[in-house]
Amino acid sequence: MRDAGKVWKYGDDVNTDMIFPGRYTYIPMKENEFGKYALEDLDERFAAEVEPGDIIVAGKNWGCGSAREQAVKTLKIRGVQAIIAKSFARIYYRNCLNEGLAVITCPEAAELLNDGEQISIDFKEGVIIRENGDKIAFSPYPEYVKGLVECGGIIPYVQQRLKERETKGRME
Amino acid sequence: MGKTFAEKVLSLKAGRSVSAGEIVVVEPDYCLSHENASHISQIFQKIGAEKIWDPSKVVIVLDHTIPCSTEAYANSHKIIREFTSRQGIENFYDLHLHGGICHQIMSQEGYAAPGRLIIGTDSHTGTAGAVGALAIGIGRSEMAAVWTTGDIWLRVPETIKVVVEGQLQEGVYAKDLILYLLGLLKADGASYQCIEYHGSTIENMSIGERMTICNMGIEMDAKASVCRPDKQVFLQVASKAKKKEYQYIWADEGAVYAKEIHIRAEDIVPAVAKPNRVDNYSPVTEVCGTRIDQAFIGSCTNGRLEDLHVAADILKGRQIKVRTIVNPASYEVLHAAVNDGTISTLLEAGCTVSPPGCGPCIGVSGGVLGENEVCISTSNRNFRGRMGSRSASVYLASPATAAYSALCGSIQDPRMFKKGGYV
Repeated sequence: MRDAGKVWKYGDDVNTDMIFPGRYTYIPMKENEFGKYALEDLDERFAAEVEPGDIIVAGKNWGCGSAREQAVKTLKIRGVQAIIAKSFARIYYRNCLNEGLAVITCPEAAELLNDGEQISIDFKEGVIIRENGDKIAFSPYPEYVKGLVECGGIIPYVQQRLKERETKGRME
Repeated sequence: MGKTFAEKVLSLKAGRSVSAGEIVVVEPDYCLSHENASHISQIFQKIGAEKIWDPSKVVIVLDHTIPCSTEAYANSHKIIREFTSRQGIENFYDLHLHGGICHQIMSQEGYAAPGRLIIGTDSHTGTAGAVGALAIGIGRSEMAAVWTTGDIWLRVPETIKVVVEGQLQEGVYAKDLILYLLGLLKADGASYQCIEYHGSTIENMSIGERMTICNMGIEMDAKASVCRPDKQVFLQVASKAKKKEYQYIWADEGAVYAKEIHIRAEDIVPAVAKPNRVDNYSPVTEVCGTRIDQAFIGSCTNGRLEDLHVAADILKGRQIKVRTIVNPASYEVLHAAVNDGTISTLLEAGCTVSPPGCGPCIGVSGGVLGENEVCISTSNRNFRGRMGSRSASVYLASPATAAYSALCGSIQDPRMFKKGGYV
């Protein structure tokens, strides 16, 4: 289980333009630069104050809009530990799996958790633990993405697949 | 039991009968990317891959930052040109007569075709559903993986059946219909699902109108949107497609749907999506008189020749009251609009005609908004800050509503134009 992190709470339908504005999307950047613009059009405090390990808690349809992966990367690079939401936009959810950023679909937690509170997440047990010890259970990832999640994202996952192919090729 | 369109395409690709909820690993027919190909190529190299699994299945179109307004953009284009040349990617669309906005190019150049599976690193990839393809947006790291392995995992989506019957009224367009549906289903109303469009209204539409409809599926978080391919589609595809592997696929009678929605075309009125949400539907009559600083007519949603014709019919012989940016969806559209006099009409009315590309729609170039400015736009998103300043407001509307509003200097009902209401 990772250390506790602070909750940043947001509402429904937060779109990718708010998470990572289009005006920066096509400017080539070094990896560490992506973090500067995190949530710039949603919450100006965020990029200035977010700490590694913090957790975003959102309403429904987090990450709707563009397919831009920077909207995941910008949070990952700032050390966001996980995003908990009532629901995720499809491409955003997929991008999180591919980038190795933990995503938890849990309407109950999204309802109950408060902005600024400290929570920790036990991914193994599938529970969110609040400061007062209260626990909120969440469903694990669907079976078919577990391999991808365990690898930590699509790049290591594909590298592993390539290696397997190579080994198989050699054995034949 | 009958199957939906998505179930049938994915069954064919997977080589076995599959239903909604199942996972398939399939090879796409085409993989579309734009400027993000620059970064994808770097991830591709990071993976350690050398050659793309099949360069003939990769399509790359420069559109988001054309023509380049900064050195950084130009350098990014350079990386893409070198990469496509090194990898032998022939389906590369640079600034050229056959180039333009990628979703327009997919249809115009015959990559989008019935029964094909298309994936693209752009959320509006679903536009290709207008010609009966199953077209799905993904992120760029995943595209690097697909370039490497030639396959992608997909969950077979459930489907929403939307049936639209009847005739759209004077002054009412495909854009008004999709804005209405968005207001009904909301921004997450089709999440993880495919939307199938049925009914006489859709059957009577041009390919361009269907593209407007399918383009905005993602605004309801649809995984894909699709219209039944008909004779006009097969004629277009036959004249353009480099590969002949495509086929008519459509939902079976008795397919099982997650939801069915029935709409009477006669009930649709000229509409807008008010700031800053795509699903913030309002009949235009409720916002008439709203001041505007700019009108934007174009984009992958409404930048086709027929859209420019609608605008030109309204603007002909008159003068705009606010700056009006016209942005054709492709060079071919621009060329045709020059040849048939449409561009002259627009210029004489005071419009600024910009080269094809995504610039204004994503706030990158060629029509960006300043503080507290208001724009009526035919594009697909009105998110806060998308077209420039965070304090700017964008109303989404049809080309007719945008053009008529440009003439009046405020948002107005395009039906008034036909009634001679122009002053």
